[in-house]
Amino acid sequence: MSRWLKRLYAAVVYGFLYLPLVIVAIFSFNSSKYSLAWKGFTLDWYAKLWQNTGLMSAAVNSLIIAACAATLATLLGTVAAFILHQYRFPGRRVLFGGLFVMMMSPDIVIAISLLLLFLALALPLGFSTLLLAHTVLCVPFVATTVFSRFHGFQTDIVDAAKDLGAGEYQVFRHIVLPLTAPAVIGGWLLSFTLSLDDVIISFFTTGPDFEVLPLRIYSMVRLGIKPDVNALCVVMMGITITALVLSRTLLKEKK
Amino acid sequence: MAGKYRLKSGEVPAESFFLEICGLNKAVVELNRVCKDYGGQRALSDISLTVADGEFLSLLGPSGCGKTTLLRLIGGFEDCTRGSLLIDGQAVDQSPPEKRAVNTVFQNYALFPHMTVFDNVAFGLRMAKKPAAEIEQSVAQALELVQLAGMERRRPTELSGGQQQRVAIARAIVNKPRVLLLDEPMSALDHRLRKQMQKELKQLQRTLGITFILVTHDQDEAFAMSDRVVVMQHGQIEQIGTPMEIYEEPVNLYVARFVGDINVLDGVIREQTGPSTFKALVEGAAVSLKSMRPLSLGQPIHLLLRPEDFRLELEQDMAESQDLSAKFQQARLKGTVRRIFYHGATYDVEVALESGARVQVTEFFDDDSENLYFKPGDSVALGWHEGWEVVLPHEK
Repeated sequence: MSRWLKRLYAAVVYGFLYLPLVIVAIFSFNSSKYSLAWKGFTLDWYAKLWQNTGLMSAAVNSLIIAACAATLATLLGTVAAFILHQYRFPGRRVLFGGLFVMMMSPDIVIAISLLLLFLALALPLGFSTLLLAHTVLCVPFVATTVFSRFHGFQTDIVDAAKDLGAGEYQVFRHIVLPLTAPAVIGGWLLSFTLSLDDVIISFFTTGPDFEVLPLRIYSMVRLGIKPDVNALCVVMMGITITALVLSRTLLKEKK
Repeated sequence: MAGKYRLKSGEVPAESFFLEICGLNKAVVELNRVCKDYGGQRALSDISLTVADGEFLSLLGPSGCGKTTLLRLIGGFEDCTRGSLLIDGQAVDQSPPEKRAVNTVFQNYALFPHMTVFDNVAFGLRMAKKPAAEIEQSVAQALELVQLAGMERRRPTELSGGQQQRVAIARAIVNKPRVLLLDEPMSALDHRLRKQMQKELKQLQRTLGITFILVTHDQDEAFAMSDRVVVMQHGQIEQIGTPMEIYEEPVNLYVARFVGDINVLDGVIREQTGPSTFKALVEGAAVSLKSMRPLSLGQPIHLLLRPEDFRLELEQDMAESQDLSAKFQQARLKGTVRRIFYHGATYDVEVALESGARVQVTEFFDDDSENLYFKPGDSVALGWHEGWEVVLPHEK
């Protein structure tokens, strides 16, 4: 009896978490335009989504920003992790702690402070400010992911490579990079999804001439939920889940 | 007894024998008054050491004595805080590990897990940009030397601990270094494999003629393999010498105790009877001693004796035989047998002296008798083979 109770409990928890997503997915195939009643299966909304140029350009913008920010953050984060792992210097612990501060800080705080910074520097809000903001958002996640990977292998390995005649660059190229590649790629994918679905920071740090998908949806939803938004949500969900599964498997491998 | 293998003060010391082998060879590593601090903590102080070309040298000491730090200094992974370090006569204080003609076998082997055995061994040659054909040949040779031919395509995770260690050794020696540094390379192996690797490593060193510097906390390992042993404590060198010198002529109580079992008796100098002979009172008995040290009258001393240095006889036998008591002329302490420890080829006898001190005596089995000669409760006379004692000034 208690076994069934346990299963029921688990089912309720997972239902609570995932039912909304399932409902969005179902309604993206519903032919009714306004009512929540089921009027039959259709793929019209996906077609309509494809024709909605405003939405599609916002989506392309989002993908570009996500890819650029993830790449930049991965470069910076990987080097940061390597330095934090390999060298002992004054302020190292503070720098390392700073990563967690950035991860724990509410997005709204980061968003406002970045906005203030951009205004103070008189940077016009748009692609570049958004890219910087998303990079800032992602670097700590990459750095900590890669850092924990470094901890997984012995420091002796780097010493051994140096001992055998490898310079700093060669150590990085032949030893550090191949060994950390799964974590680096995982960090990139994580950054990509973080950037893709960020609303708050994007809201404050982009300009009117560079609209990203979450903001576009936000403004559309204010006039009522349209079924093509449901379709869009399902597509984005697909991208996120793919990225997530990919990063998980990469991190798991070769452990 | 082990007497014929032993050299005592007055005989030709083994150092000259060592110099005969290595004396003509030039120094390959020289450390002059080297100090190393870690954030105010002194890890090494005032280390001066010369390692001869082709020598097998061991750094011996307990963990935390600075032996690994010293090895890392030579390898270039640490900088000297003070002092100078020369390799082949060149100051290398400023050169990083990749610029030194020195290779290291790390404690955990530190093999590259993402490379095959071949790639691991070839790494150093590739970094040196050697032609591919030469790399192929050198790697094959090195793997042959460590008996791993045919394992080229394996990954380190597919090898046993012993095989991994062979890869680590091959990876280091393939670069033909001037000096090979070994950081407790045998500590992860089981007892039998360790003994075997000790032999192979010693053999390899002879074959290659490369200088080996081995860090170990295992006295047996250091003694079995080394030309010379450096005993360290608290970041300092306590004694440098051949294994025989270290064992038989320890310069202080620490070295004496670190290398094997030893009995320490207390005494005081009573009279100087010759240039290097003294009369002393040891544990309440008048004895005569030999020592090259300058000792003054009334000076408190430690008398060091290995368990196998003693003569032990039953008091009743002593009373019956003149010859026997003649052997105890220079020292005759009285005691009672407390316990017997059986070891197979030998047995240890624990004797309580009249003064209360306890000593451990190792006896070999008498060929003729099937029973142990001593039993608990026996009254015994305790002496030692003349000249085998080591006299040290009393330490607090």
